[in-house]
Amino acid sequence: MPGAPGIDAVVIGASWGGLGAVSSILQKVPWRIGVPLVLCQHQYPHAISTLVQVLRGRTRLKVAEVEDKMPLEPGVLYVCPPNYHTLIERDRTFALSIDPPVMYCRPAIDVLFESAAEAYCDRLAAVVLTGANEDGAAGLLHVARCGGMPIVQDPSTAEVPVMPEGALKQVPWAHVMTLGAIGDFLASLEAA
Amino acid sequence: MTEKVVPVGEEDLDRQDIELRLLLEAIYQMYGYDFRSYSKASVKRRVQHRLHMSGLKNISQMIERVVHDREFFVALLNDMTVNVTEMFRDPWFYKAFREEVIPRLKTYPFIKIWHAGSSTGEEIYSMAILLTEEGLYERTQIYATDIDKVVLERARKGIYPLASFKQYSENYLKAGGKASLSDYYTAKYDSVIMDQRLKKNIVFADHDLATDQVFGEMQVVVCRNVIIYFDRELQRRVFSLFRDSLDIGGILCLGSKETMRFSGCEDEFEVLVKEARIYRKKTRI
Repeated sequence: MPGAPGIDAVVIGASWGGLGAVSSILQKVPWRIGVPLVLCQHQYPHAISTLVQVLRGRTRLKVAEVEDKMPLEPGVLYVCPPNYHTLIERDRTFALSIDPPVMYCRPAIDVLFESAAEAYCDRLAAVVLTGANEDGAAGLLHVARCGGMPIVQDPSTAEVPVMPEGALKQVPWAHVMTLGAIGDFLASLEAA
Repeated sequence: MTEKVVPVGEEDLDRQDIELRLLLEAIYQMYGYDFRSYSKASVKRRVQHRLHMSGLKNISQMIERVVHDREFFVALLNDMTVNVTEMFRDPWFYKAFREEVIPRLKTYPFIKIWHAGSSTGEEIYSMAILLTEEGLYERTQIYATDIDKVVLERARKGIYPLASFKQYSENYLKAGGKASLSDYYTAKYDSVIMDQRLKKNIVFADHDLATDQVFGEMQVVVCRNVIIYFDRELQRRVFSLFRDSLDIGGILCLGSKETMRFSGCEDEFEVLVKEARIYRKKTRI
C-alpha cells in the first residue's frame, strides 16, 4: 500500500545515541522511498560535521546536508547542519537560521518539527528517538496539533530514554515503536 | 488520557500568514524597516516568540501594539534582527581567508571591506584581529553595517560576556591565530572589552540590504549568515548588490550553508574555496 498513510515527509529528531538508532532504522529502508526524510541530530557545533559521510556508509538513500533554500525532494535523507537551526517553509524549501539555541541546542528538534508541522500539516510523520534532554517534545506536540503523525521510540529500547519520555509526556497518545517498527513504517512509504 | 490540544488546520495557518504579512506591512509603513521579503518561517518564529513574551493573543493584536507603541516595536525589532554568532565562528572560514584571500589583498595599496549584517560585532573584531596579524589592518577600512542601530551600538562598544571566551579562544586557534586571543581584549569582572586599536579603522553604519543601495567599491564583501533570513527574491537583490559593490576580482564571503545556487548570480562568481564559501567576482562573464 504505497503512501497509504498519506505521508509527504518524515522528520526525525535524535540526540545521545542517535547515530546508532538512525543506522538501525535505515537498515530497513530500501534505496528508494517516496518521501524526504529530515534528520535533526544534535552535534558538536564548532567543527565540520562528518555525520553525512558516516550516514552515506549506512544507507543506500541519497544523503545531503541541508543548505539554505534547498527544496525537499522525495527519496533523500537530509541532515541538519551543526550550529544552525533548520526550518521548513510552507513552500517546502529549507530555511536556516542562527537564532539563539533552544534548550541549549542548535539545531533544535523543536524548531525543525514546529516549522515542518506547518509546512506539511496532516501529511507529516515526526519521530523522536533516543536522547538525554527534552528537545523535540514541544515540536512533536505541534506536529500532533497540526494533524501530523507523532511517533516515539519505545523509551525502554532507547540508549538514553529522557528524550522519548519527554516527548510522551507532551504527546501521550503518540505511536510508541521499536526501531525495527519505525524502519518498517518508513519502508512502507514506497516510491510511487 | 484525553486530547486537550487545540488543533491547528491549514485555514488557521493561512490566516496567520495573512496576519504576519499585515504586521510586516505595518512595520514598514510606520518605521521604514522592511521585513516583507524575509524568510516566512524564521520571521514567524521570532514574532511568535515576542507574542508569547508579551501575553498578546494573536498577531493582529500585535499589529495594534506595533502601530501605537514605539517601545514595543523597538523590542520586536531587536527580536527580528539579533543573530547569535561567535568570534571566529566556523574557524575553517577564517583559516581559508588567511590562506587564500590575504595573499591577494597584500597586493593592494588600500583595502575596503564591507561587512554586511554585522550584528553585535563578534565577527567584525575577528576580521580586525586577522588583518592585524597579517599586517594589513593599517591599510584597511572596514565598513560594518546592520539595519538595527541598537545592535550597531553594541558592536561599536565591543563588550562581551567573559564566559564565551573559552570557546572563542579555541575558535581563534583553529582559525590559525598567531598569538593569543587575550592579547586583543581586557577582561573586567565578567565582561571583556575589545582593544581600542581594533576599532580604529572600522566604520559602523546603518544600512538595510532590503532597501538601500551600493555605497562604495569594495575589495571584499563579507555577509555570513544574514541572507538565510531572506526569501529567494530578496537574496537575488542582495547578490546583485554585492556584485555591483565589488571590484572585478573582488571577494565575496558567505555563510557555510549559504549558496547562490537557488537564487541567482552564480554565473558571475567563481568559487575560490568551496567549503568556506569564498567566491571571486569573475573578470569576464
